[in-house]
Amino acid sequence: MDKVLKDKKAIFLFVFPALLIFFVAIILPIICSAYYSLLSWDGIGKATFVEFKNYVNLFVNNKDGFTKSVQNSFILATLSVVVQLPLALLLALILARGVKGEGFFRTIYFIPVIMSTVVIGQLWMKIYHPDYGMLNIILENIGLGRYAHAWLADPKTALFAVFVPILWQYIGYHMLLMYAAIKSVSPDIYEAAKIDGASEFKIATGITIPLIKPILQVCVVFAVTGSFKAFDLIYIITNGGPLHASEVPSTLMYNTIFNKYLYGYGSAMSTFIIVECLIFTLIMRKLFEAKKSKEN
Amino acid sequence: MEQVKKQSIKSSFDSKPKYIKKKLSAKSLILVVTLIIVAIIQLYPLIWLVLVSFKDNTEIFGGNILGLPKAWRLSNYSSALISGNVGIYFLNSVIVTATTIIISSILIATSSYAITRMKWKYSKLTLIIFLLGMMVPIHSTLLPLFLILRKLHILNTYWSLIIPYVAFALPMGIFVMTSFLEGIPKELEEAACIDGCNIYQIFFKVVLPLLRPSLATVAIFTYLSSWNELMFANTFLNNPNLKTLPVGIMSMAGQHATEWGPILAGLVIATLPTILIYIPLSNQVQKSLMTGAVKG
Repeated sequence: MDKVLKDKKAIFLFVFPALLIFFVAIILPIICSAYYSLLSWDGIGKATFVEFKNYVNLFVNNKDGFTKSVQNSFILATLSVVVQLPLALLLALILARGVKGEGFFRTIYFIPVIMSTVVIGQLWMKIYHPDYGMLNIILENIGLGRYAHAWLADPKTALFAVFVPILWQYIGYHMLLMYAAIKSVSPDIYEAAKIDGASEFKIATGITIPLIKPILQVCVVFAVTGSFKAFDLIYIITNGGPLHASEVPSTLMYNTIFNKYLYGYGSAMSTFIIVECLIFTLIMRKLFEAKKSKEN
Repeated sequence: MEQVKKQSIKSSFDSKPKYIKKKLSAKSLILVVTLIIVAIIQLYPLIWLVLVSFKDNTEIFGGNILGLPKAWRLSNYSSALISGNVGIYFLNSVIVTATTIIISSILIATSSYAITRMKWKYSKLTLIIFLLGMMVPIHSTLLPLFLILRKLHILNTYWSLIIPYVAFALPMGIFVMTSFLEGIPKELEEAACIDGCNIYQIFFKVVLPLLRPSLATVAIFTYLSSWNELMFANTFLNNPNLKTLPVGIMSMAGQHATEWGPILAGLVIATLPTILIYIPLSNQVQKSLMTGAVKG
């Protein structure tokens, strides 16, 4: 058996194709991206090495609104954590109590997760349409017509307007993660708490939530890094506009590279996004660990 | 102890059974209504999408945007499929997604087998490198991949999408597959070896059939990510005859902004395969998408 399993040629044939594709499409591009971010380059002419000037330009004397886009991504992250996750948790707690049609509700809540972002984006653009959109028409029908306006064209509402579809799409995903965790808690614990006369609210806050903390932390990390990387829905619905009101780093990066041909500067943005995600993941992990050891 | 517990359960039920039952049902009702409202919020935009896709412009812009269509006309569907090219986009999506699933499944199975079962020096290191790929956001690879694919002269071919999609399917797939392989006993393979099978016969005739359940998980995951992918598809393909559904529908919506009927019909066509896969396999689809979070 050992001789068969040490077959060098077979190992090579089994692993090498996967490794080659992985190297060409993932490893090599990351290295290149970090290198490009140190260049001033339009993709055609000669590239000049400018050290960290691109990174300095991101934040100092910046004219294209990069700081504003980072700020927007922080707003999105905050909204996700304080609006989306509590709603998802509430739903998961209700659903996990065991109602009739539990599986049916779960199936429906999850549908937006598996849909294409283009479909969701186009759909919500139609919903927000100032004249014929569902939202304004419903507002008028229930007598709140004075609130109806061009949600996506107004810089004041654009960012919140793109957050709603994001919330709508991913709430089912977070709900499912939490739901699965709640379901894996042994029912004996609940029985015991009920016998002791604990109310359902107390059971949820005192027992269930502390027990599923690990998955809640995963959800927080996903919600935050997901907001930092958010691209599809915003690109489709507003493309960062109007006047950068809903701009996030990845939409700005896309337009910088493929519309303005600033390859080096755009690469600095993409490198910033990765590093930002890594740093925040580490910080959040550390915070959670510190909290854990304090509790013990 | 056991008896005491039982008794206390019994007594707590006996004391005021009617009161408890009544209170529970009132509360349950509120909770079920909450669940139903959320289900409507999650589902209604989709129902609206389907309804509007059967309406013509006089209905959409003439006041009947929310209600049922007066007639279930299919003209929007035929104009989306033929003059809107959605038929071509659909075919392109099928080709790209199917090829991606086939290639990635084979590569994931072979490399996972070599990593977990076969004996070579760098198996652990190779696994770690693959798994690190799970943390890479696609933004960071976009521009370098574009340049690499251009150099390889495969921009504007199906391969410019298939290669990156396969690469990004590998980390998660190998993660799922290696942990699944570790749970399979080695006896069957040893027996096959004693019977004189070589490594290829052992893998393809004995191991591969056993991998089916986790290959399904991986295939679902790969299907969803490649069927819905936008950023690469939007960047690497310019040829209108090669566009996949997300990009094709986006450009159709950009060119014919007022033709709501055909656009929404296109969106329904793009979503239909996903829903058809999801309805019979909803539990498996949900599990498949959760694997990424549970690792953490």
